[in-house]
Amino acid sequence: MPGLDAAAIHARLAARFGDAVGALEGARRDNASATVAPAALVAVCRFLQTEDALAFDCLSNLSGVDYPKRNVIQVVYNLYSYRHRHPFALKVDAAREDPVVPSVAALWPHAEWQEREVFDLLGVRFEGHPDLRRILMPEDWPGHPLRKDFVEPEEYHGISTSRESLLKA
Amino acid sequence: MSLINTAPEMALTTKVDDFLNWTRKSSIWYMMFGLACCAIEMMQTGGPRADLDRFGMAPRATPRVSDLIIVSGTLTLKMALRTKVLYDQMPDPKYVVSMGSCANCGGLFQLAYSVCDGVDKVIPVDVYVPGCPPRPEALTEGLMKLQEKISQERWLVRKDGAAATA
Repeated sequence: MPGLDAAAIHARLAARFGDAVGALEGARRDNASATVAPAALVAVCRFLQTEDALAFDCLSNLSGVDYPKRNVIQVVYNLYSYRHRHPFALKVDAAREDPVVPSVAALWPHAEWQEREVFDLLGVRFEGHPDLRRILMPEDWPGHPLRKDFVEPEEYHGISTSRESLLKA
Repeated sequence: MSLINTAPEMALTTKVDDFLNWTRKSSIWYMMFGLACCAIEMMQTGGPRADLDRFGMAPRATPRVSDLIIVSGTLTLKMALRTKVLYDQMPDPKYVVSMGSCANCGGLFQLAYSVCDGVDKVIPVDVYVPGCPPRPEALTEGLMKLQEKISQERWLVRKDGAAATA
């Protein structure tokens, strides 16, 4: 089965959710995306997953991006349908001061660790996540290191985090 | 000519320190401890071609019976604390080989937020092996340097020259 192209997927989303789904971005089949309002995210994802013609059974990647100039942290959902062999991506903007995004771990169980990673590195809180803890950094780590304004601490448990260069004259 | 049959009652004379050091350097048990890609080279060094067994070296699964910890790979700050715990559990005398650029100074990842810039910030290092990663020959060379160091140690003589009583 050839699957749907990006415009057709987006048309179905727009018909169902109206203004909650933004315009289609990206010209190619493999970078097509749409921005979704946080409040509508779970409904949109459930629709994408359960609708027979869409059937996005795999959340192949979930990542986050920090945009300080726009004062936004964006969470990106790369979806793929193994049944129809078509991809699509969703983007959700969250306020930088207190980024909160609903969790999709109930729909795709493998989202659980990926959401933990985004929480760990960018500080996005996923509402409804069953176990939102740090996954990579130590539990007592200060801040979220992939934020653009993150400053590396001088030392960690007495270990200095810098080393003098031997090349200095 | 074999000495076995010609001198069955043969005796050798040596210094006690030299004898002790000879036994110690010929049975360095290293901890089964690998951090990153250097650990693959360390496994190769333990394999049949480089063959650490000929030095009497065998990997041990616990720090409590290990003489040597080979820090092989990128040391994150999270792992640095655990590495210190492992080192503290090893019985004296204990040795540390820092293997590869990452363990030496942080290497390629020195500016990363999560990486400890050298294992010598946490535990004292005896031998640094350069390379990214070092080949088994390089690690073998480093371990032979460690053997050299062990064979020069003096345990029965105090630093001030007086013989130890214990």
